Amino acid sequence: MTVDALAGAAYIVAALLFILSLAGLSRHESARAGVIYGISGMTIALIATIALSVSHAWGGTGSTTGLVLLGVAVLIGAAIGLWRARVVQMTGMPELIALLHSFVGLAAVLVGWNGYLAHPDVAPGLEGIHNAEVFIGIFIGGVTFTGSIVAYLKLSAKISSRPLMLPGKNVLNIGALVAFIALTVWFVMDQQLWLLIAVTVLAFALGWHLVASIGGGDMPVVVSMLNSYSGWAAAAAGFLLNNDLLIVTGALVGSSGAYLSYIMCKAMNRSFLSVIAGGFGIVASTSSDEDHGEHREVTAEAAAGMLSQAQSVVITPGYGMAVAQAQYPVADLVAKLRERGVDVRFGIHPVAGRLPGHMNVLLAEAKVPYDIVLGMEEINDDLASTSVVLVIGANDTVNPAAAEDPSSPIAGMPVLRVWEAENVIVFKRSMAAGYAGVQNPLFFRDNAQMLFGDAKERVEDIIKAL
Amino acid sequence: MTQIGIVQEGPEEARVAATPATVQTLQGLGYEVAVEQGAGARSSYPDDAYERAGARIVSAAEAWASAIVLKVNPPTDAEITRLSDGATIVALLSPALRPDLVEKLAQRGITALALDAVPRISRAQSMDVLSSMANIAGYRAVVEAANEFGRFFTGQVTAAGKVPPAKVLVAGAGVAGLAAIGAASSLGAIVRATDPRPEVADQVSSIGGTYLAVDVEVEKSTDGYAKATSEDYDRRAAEIYTEQAEDVDIIVTTALIPGRAAPRLITASDVAKMKPGSVIVDMAAAQGGNVEGSVAGERIVTANGVIILGYTDLASRLATQASQLYGTNVANLVALLTPGKEGALEIDFDDVVQRSVTVVRDGAVTWPPPPVQVAAVPQAASAPAPAPVITEQKPMSAARKGVLIGVGVLALFLVNLFAPAPLPQHFTVLMLSVVIGFYVIGKVHHALHTPLMSVTNAISGVIVVGAMLQIIDSSPVVQVLAAVAVLLASINIFGGFAVTRRMLAMFTKGGQK
Repeated sequence: MTVDALAGAAYIVAALLFILSLAGLSRHESARAGVIYGISGMTIALIATIALSVSHAWGGTGSTTGLVLLGVAVLIGAAIGLWRARVVQMTGMPELIALLHSFVGLAAVLVGWNGYLAHPDVAPGLEGIHNAEVFIGIFIGGVTFTGSIVAYLKLSAKISSRPLMLPGKNVLNIGALVAFIALTVWFVMDQQLWLLIAVTVLAFALGWHLVASIGGGDMPVVVSMLNSYSGWAAAAAGFLLNNDLLIVTGALVGSSGAYLSYIMCKAMNRSFLSVIAGGFGIVASTSSDEDHGEHREVTAEAAAGMLSQAQSVVITPGYGMAVAQAQYPVADLVAKLRERGVDVRFGIHPVAGRLPGHMNVLLAEAKVPYDIVLGMEEINDDLASTSVVLVIGANDTVNPAAAEDPSSPIAGMPVLRVWEAENVIVFKRSMAAGYAGVQNPLFFRDNAQMLFGDAKERVEDIIKAL
Repeated sequence: MTQIGIVQEGPEEARVAATPATVQTLQGLGYEVAVEQGAGARSSYPDDAYERAGARIVSAAEAWASAIVLKVNPPTDAEITRLSDGATIVALLSPALRPDLVEKLAQRGITALALDAVPRISRAQSMDVLSSMANIAGYRAVVEAANEFGRFFTGQVTAAGKVPPAKVLVAGAGVAGLAAIGAASSLGAIVRATDPRPEVADQVSSIGGTYLAVDVEVEKSTDGYAKATSEDYDRRAAEIYTEQAEDVDIIVTTALIPGRAAPRLITASDVAKMKPGSVIVDMAAAQGGNVEGSVAGERIVTANGVIILGYTDLASRLATQASQLYGTNVANLVALLTPGKEGALEIDFDDVVQRSVTVVRDGAVTWPPPPVQVAAVPQAASAPAPAPVITEQKPMSAARKGVLIGVGVLALFLVNLFAPAPLPQHFTVLMLSVVIGFYVIGKVHHALHTPLMSVTNAISGVIVVGAMLQIIDSSPVVQVLAAVAVLLASINIFGGFAVTRRMLAMFTKGGQK
């Protein structure tokens, strides 16, 4: 029993290290230490678990095969993981993270299945609870798995990011939950394999539907929501396996993911509960045919002229900057302007990009110092006194309709008030509407000028003109 | 090659319709430019400057005989007869105020383009001569007032005593009004402004003025120009002007309503209340005047020593600058009308700008044009009452919150009551962990969202622990499933931590670069 006791102690240490890791990650100064804590915690947990497995398996049937399988699986998994982490483009981060979530989900499903197939020694009187736990674990894991896969496909543009609009989608979601509860009760009374298959299929379908009915513009919320789900899946597995480490870790990840989603929701003025429930595919009403007037175009040379005379410049990037890979020329431009004594800062909307903090990662990749990269609340009041705002590939996050037009589909969503600046230069490929499908009156303002074309090329043109 | 003629203006006008710089633009559009001798002299553009720019200096008769004649002021009757048949004349024609002129131009069988009829849409701003001239006139109005005013604009405390700052009231915050506000406030005066359009308040304060609101409901402007106002409004506004007249030293009035006589804002009794030495500049004197007692083109001194300037040539008094801007506006219009850049004027009536400026086309009167709605302009200003209703998510009501908390507590209670041994402990652990997770990342920096997510992602790979414990099971099926789970979770753990480290390595602070 000494191994069990040691493993239990190791698990407590690991859990504490995970808490320290998350705490560290909330500040720049301690972020790197946070990762170290996380890795240490994981290493301790894994060593303890392997020790536990070995001590249990000693002399048991199939134990050698099991241990060999374990080693091989860990090695292959580690190789794949490190390889992906090395080659991933920073613009591809959202896809990678979504894909990783799906792995946790699938692993949880498999653990759940094993919980049934392995017939562990369960104390009499606990079978019912054990069986219910199997179901809950499989269900959460399944939803996370297919949901993440759909999110991955949408983010990598392998399928259309348009929200799927099935009739009565809320009824479908609630129906799936009711069916899940019914199946669980049935399974507790009568353990049939087909019930297990049914609940797996049900979870897969629900996960797919939940995320499919959410538009691409809401992906930051979806990704953090799935992050939360993957945590709950791990916590459910902890209940199933009677393992406190899994419960602690799962709950940590689950609640931190939920809190992140909550921040995102506030940034988009959406209800948190309806997001978690997935029933929030917004009604993306196409823009009305209202006449917004005329927009004005500006050349890269003229834009360069405005920038060189500006006192202060604020850059508000959006997903378009990521798509055009414009972060490097933008960083060059910033460096050039700063050399000339222009006060250049970045204003990042909380939901810019397709992942929370997506823009910060891209700008960091291009070596933009992080102390000039500010959040929406930090920069919004300064925008009125800014000479030039460059809107690079952002649309809905700078839409004045959100603040001024109560009938707009994005009404009430906090936005960067770029239109208060003296001049606004909008980098855009065409006059098409943004992700929310809402026309942007900013483009027709008197102080706004459009610079059409690929954001990267246009920024390079400006650098040349400077 | 089509010839463009630049003609000399009348004796009261110092501006000219083209400068050497715009002559080059016109030539670039494929035209030949002929400048009447001495046309630019009073704007400080001598003939040889035009010659250097490539124009021919010609006699008055030859300039007037051009196919296209560019001018500033409307042509006189005598000048209309000098135009050649089928000619096009571009000038300030005020077609709404002068139907007789439009009629005469039509009888001559020519084409007439009124630059002052350019619609106020963003695309046409480069041709909006009313704005460019109003800008100059507004500035000049303050300069004229300063010239007449016997004091500093700015307040000073000197050894010789304290000098109070001048107080300036600008009536009407259009382009001219804003220019006047800007000029007066940069001279150091205290500037107040009135305007029937409440949406200009921000613009007024942005250039240093204080907006005096008239608290009466007003219709929103849809075409970018001020409209005539209601009775209630007028009464309250009159009170404001009376109050202000007693207080301020300088009044600049800029109130104009297109196609109508200027509204009377300052009455004779208001003027009588002003301090001796005060100055009023009535920029609307030519349209009847905003000030009772102002005379177009004249400097009047009232019985109580108030100077009323009714100059109508304020823009012309800054002739060099005004000609340059006017010339650019004209050249932009000609460029719009010369799509092929081959020196041939084409008027496309489907284009709202071209339709609006054309008052006579080949002898047919085409005034007034269909109205142009400028949706963007009123939208640009901050919306007046009712304030936009922000549909923010309401926080849960206290009662609902209470019920939810109650249900949660009850559920926990029931679980603890009925669930067998390990479950209540598990719930305790779960609940505590949820709270810790919530607090630990509560203050996360926005830039770290992505790294945080990839770390939590890696950590949730801890599910591998479950799979590892199952892999030693005797059943091969279980072993295979567990092996797959271990593999997937390992990808997660290693990939997640590695990618987080990679991301964090990129974050640098400005000073540490």
